[in-house]
Amino acid sequence: MAKITKNIDEVTIRFAGDSGDGMQLTGGQFTTATAFVGNDLATMPDYPAEIRAPAGSLAGVSSFQINFGATEIRTPGDQSDCLVVMNPAALKVYLKKLREGGSIIANADNFNEKNLRLAAYESNPLQNDSLGRYQVYSVEISKLTQNALKDLNLSPKIVDRTKNFFALGLTYWMYNRPMEPTLKWIKEKFAGKEDIIEANTRVLKAGHAYGETTEIFTVRFEVAPAQLPPGRYRSITGNEATAWGLMAAAKRANLELFLGSYPITPASEILQELSKYKNYGVKTFQAEDEIAGITSAIGASYGGALGATNTSGPGLALKTEAMGLAVMLELPLIIIDVQRGGPSTGLPTKTEQADLLQAVYGRNGEAPIPVFAACSPTDCFDTTFEAARIALKYMTPVIVLTDGYIANGAEPWLIPRISELPDLSPTFVTNLEGFAPYKRDPQTLARMWAIPGTPGLEHRIGGLEKENITGNISYDPDNHHLMITTRAEKINNITNDIPPAKLVGDESGDLLVVSWGSTYGAVHNAVETKRNEGLSVSHLHLKYINPLQKNIGEILKNFKQILVPEINLGQLIKILRDKYLVDAVGFNLVRGLPFSAVEIENKIDEMIKRG
Amino acid sequence: MNTIPIYTTKDFQSDQDVRWCPGCGDYSILAQTQRVFPDLGIPKEKTVFVSGIGCSSRFPYYMITYGFHGIHGRAAAIASGLKIAHPDLSVWVATGDGDGMSIGGNHFIHACRRNTGLKILLFNNQIYGLTKGQFSPTSLQGQVTKSTPFGNIDHPFNPLSLALGAQATFVSRTLDRDPKHMQTVIKRAAAHNGTAFVEIYQNCNVFNDGAFELWTEKDSKDDNVVVLENGKPLIFGKNKDKGIRLNGFTPEVVSLIDGKYTTSDLILHDEKDPMLAFILAGMSGIQNLPRPVGVVYAVEKSTYEQLMQNQIDDITTKKGIGDLEKLFNRGETWEVK
Ligand SMILES: Cc1ncc(C[n+]2csc(CCOP(=O)(O)OP(=O)(O)O)c2C)c(N)n1
Ligand code: SF4
Repeated sequence: MAKITKNIDEVTIRFAGDSGDGMQLTGGQFTTATAFVGNDLATMPDYPAEIRAPAGSLAGVSSFQINFGATEIRTPGDQSDCLVVMNPAALKVYLKKLREGGSIIANADNFNEKNLRLAAYESNPLQNDSLGRYQVYSVEISKLTQNALKDLNLSPKIVDRTKNFFALGLTYWMYNRPMEPTLKWIKEKFAGKEDIIEANTRVLKAGHAYGETTEIFTVRFEVAPAQLPPGRYRSITGNEATAWGLMAAAKRANLELFLGSYPITPASEILQELSKYKNYGVKTFQAEDEIAGITSAIGASYGGALGATNTSGPGLALKTEAMGLAVMLELPLIIIDVQRGGPSTGLPTKTEQADLLQAVYGRNGEAPIPVFAACSPTDCFDTTFEAARIALKYMTPVIVLTDGYIANGAEPWLIPRISELPDLSPTFVTNLEGFAPYKRDPQTLARMWAIPGTPGLEHRIGGLEKENITGNISYDPDNHHLMITTRAEKINNITNDIPPAKLVGDESGDLLVVSWGSTYGAVHNAVETKRNEGLSVSHLHLKYINPLQKNIGEILKNFKQILVPEINLGQLIKILRDKYLVDAVGFNLVRGLPFSAVEIENKIDEMIKRG
Repeated sequence: MNTIPIYTTKDFQSDQDVRWCPGCGDYSILAQTQRVFPDLGIPKEKTVFVSGIGCSSRFPYYMITYGFHGIHGRAAAIASGLKIAHPDLSVWVATGDGDGMSIGGNHFIHACRRNTGLKILLFNNQIYGLTKGQFSPTSLQGQVTKSTPFGNIDHPFNPLSLALGAQATFVSRTLDRDPKHMQTVIKRAAAHNGTAFVEIYQNCNVFNDGAFELWTEKDSKDDNVVVLENGKPLIFGKNKDKGIRLNGFTPEVVSLIDGKYTTSDLILHDEKDPMLAFILAGMSGIQNLPRPVGVVYAVEKSTYEQLMQNQIDDITTKKGIGDLEKLFNRGETWEVK
C-alpha cells in the first residue's frame, strides 16, 4: 500500500513508559536527530521523585516530551500529537495530555493482566473502544524486538532493555528523522561491547523498517527545517546552560570560578556539570550543607574568585542569613535558585515560581539583592552571565531564578564566541594610596575590592555595620541610616545599567500580559495567537525583577487591564502593585506544571470580554 | 625573590579599641598570637583571620592581617572556601565554644575531616559570653547559668574527643593563663600541614569566672595538669612525683615515690598514636585524673586543597588547559546557514 507524506509545521511527541524503560534516553536521542534536521525544538522530561517506583505502577511513569517545528518553538508543547506508551500506566497518566485525534503507539505486549491491574484498567483499552477518538497503533514491540535479536544469544533482560529503540526507530520513520546520529551514539556509548552495539542497531532499524513495511502505518510526516539565525548550534538544558554561563563569566572576568554547593533536586546537575571542568579554572566544593555552600563561596569571593552557589527553594531558605552577610560585605556572589514545588520538601521534581518573594525580600534587615530570572533553557546562560556582570561591577550578590521546567528542558542554543562576550574583569586595588575598604565608585557606588595577598592593604570586614568609607565597626545611628540607604541606592543604580523593557505588541491597548521566568513561552504563544485573532493584547516579559527596568511604570500605564500569570499565588503581582499602584489581575495555577498556552488564551479571552 | 619582612609584635596590633571586658582571657590569647606571629615566617598579607560571632569572634579586628568577621557558627565554612580557592593563604579561624561547637558544629567536624589546612583556635569559656551567660555545649552538667537556673542537664562535649572523632590531624589544648605554653602550641599549629585544632581554656570572668581555676592557678595547677611532650613519660605534680600509667586501657595516677612504679611504667606520649590520643582526650572527663595540655595528636595526612590541586594538575596534564570555546562546540552540534 502506498504511503503518503504530509507536511506539517509543528509536532509534539511524548515518550512515556516505566522509569526503567529508558524514556529519557529515547527522548534525548529523538532530540538530537531532530536538531540534526534543523528544526527548532523544546523538550521537557517529567519523572517521578522516587528513584524506582514499583514497575508498572502509575507512580513509576516517566516521560519525555518534545515539541519541534519549522517555525520558532518556545515551549515543549501543550498537548501532544503523538503519544508513545510502553505500558498501560503510561497511557493512563498521559492520555489526558493527548490532543483529540492524536496518535497512540502502544507496546501491546505490556498490556497484560498484571500491568492493566496496576494501572487500574478494568479491561484492555487497546481492545475495547475507549480510545475511539484517537489513532491507535497497537504494536507488539517486545515480541518484535525479541524476533530481531533471536540469533544473538543475549539474555532476555538485555533484549528487553533495547525495546525502547524499536519505538524510537518507528517514530524516526513516522517523522522522517535520520537514524545516523543515534547509530553513531550507539557505537560510542557501547564501544567494546560488540553484541550490545549490534542489538541496539538492529532493533532501531527494525522499528524503522516496521513503519516502512507494515500496512497499519499509512502516513508519515515531514517537518521542514526552521528559519533560525545562522551559526553553529547545539542542544542544551537549562542547568547545563547555567553551569556554562558561570564558566563563561569567570573566563571573561579572568577569575577562578568557585562553586560551593549541596545537592538538591532539581539543581544538582549544575554542581555535577561544573565538577567535570577542573582543567578550566573551576573549583567545585560539595559542602556539608547549603549554609556551608554559600559561606564557602563568600570566602572564595573574598579571596578574589568568582564565588557562586546553587540550590533549590529549601536550600535558598538555609542560605538566607549568609546572603545578608554578602550584602554587608559587598562582595560579588552568584546565587542560583532552581525553583521547585514548595513549601517545605513540596514537589521536588515539579516546577513552580513560588520563591520569588523569598528571593526579593526574604532576609532580615534591609538587604537588597538584585534578582534576575531566566525564561528558557538557553536564557539560563545569558541570565547567569548577566548576573555575574552585575555582581562584579556593583560588588553585590545577585540571585538567578530558574526552575525545574527550564532547568531540565532543552532547546537549540546558538553557541556564542567566548571572545565576543563582554569583558567582566574587575579591578583589584593594589595601591595603598587612597585605599579604604568602603570607599565607593561615585557612579556605581560599588566599594573598592582589595584581596588577601595584597601587601599593605590588610583590612577587616564583617557582618557588623560598617562605618562609611573606613569599614570600621560603627554603631552610629546616622551612619547606619546612611549605609542602609547607600546599599539600597547602589542596587537601584543598576537600572542605569540594564536595557529598557521591550514590549511584544502595541504600546497601549486593552490588555497587557506580564510574565517572568519560565512562563515566557506559553504567554508569548498565547498573546501571539490572540493578536492574530485581532485582540488588543500585548506582552511584557520581565528578566529583571529587582531592580525593575526604568520604563515599566510607563508601560503599565498604557493598558486598560493587566494580567499577571504566575505559578504561585501571586508574587510578582504584589511587587508591581506595590511599586506602581496598578490594578493588575493574577492568573495563578500552582500544580507543579507549566502553564499551557491555551490556558493563558482562555484567560485573555475572559479578561477582554469582561473589558 | 620573596623575602619575608622582619616583623615585631607591634606590627600585628591594630588600632581598634579592644572591646573585651577587663580581665577577660581573650586578651591573653590575642597577646600570645601577636607575640608568635613575627616568628611564623608568614607574610602579613597572606594571613587571614576568619571568625563567627561571639566575644571571641571579635578577634580579627584586633590583628593587622586580613580579617573576616562572619556570621554565627560559619567561620570554618567561610574559611574553607577561602583556603580551597586560595591555598597559598594562611587561614586562621577564631571561634567560641558556642560558635564552633553548637551552631557551627557541623562545619567544625567537616573542617577536621577534610583536613583543609585551617588553624582553628577555639576559645572555650564553657559559656555564651556575648549573649550574656547562657550555657554552651561545653558547659558542665549541673552548671547554673542564665538559662539553666536549676542547673544544666546537657551532657557536655569534650572538644578534643570531638575533633579526634572527626578525624582531625592536629589536636591540642592550652590555657589562657600559661602564655609560654600557648605560644608553643600556636607555633606548632601554624607549622602543621592540614587542619590544626587548638582548644584554649579561656576564662570569662563575667559569666563563668574561675571555670578553669583548678588547672590555671598556681597552687593547684601542678597537681592537676599534665603537660604532654612528645616521646616523654606523663609525669606531673609539684615535685614531679606522680605519673600516669595504663591499666589495660584505663589511665591511672601512680606515685613515683612509693617504690611501686618508676617512670618506665608510665605512658610515653606519642603524638602519632591515634589510640593513645583518644585515651588522653578522654582523661578530661574522668575525676582524679589530671588534665592533659599540649599536643595530643599530630599526624601528616594529605590536605583537601593539595588533593584538589593534584586532581587539577592530573587532568590538566592529560587533557591540557580547558578551552571553553572548544567545549561549547564539542559533541553533537549543527550549522544553520
Ligand atoms: C544566627 C544567630 N543566632 C544567635 C546569635 C546570638 N549569639 C551571638 S554569639 C552567641 C554565643 C557566643 O558564645 P561563644 O561562641 O561561646 O562565644 P563567646 O561570646 O563566649 O566568646 C550567640 C548565641 C547570633 N548572633 N546569630
Ligand atoms: S563576656 Fe566573658 S568572654 Fe565576653 S568579653 Fe566579657 S569576659 Fe570575655
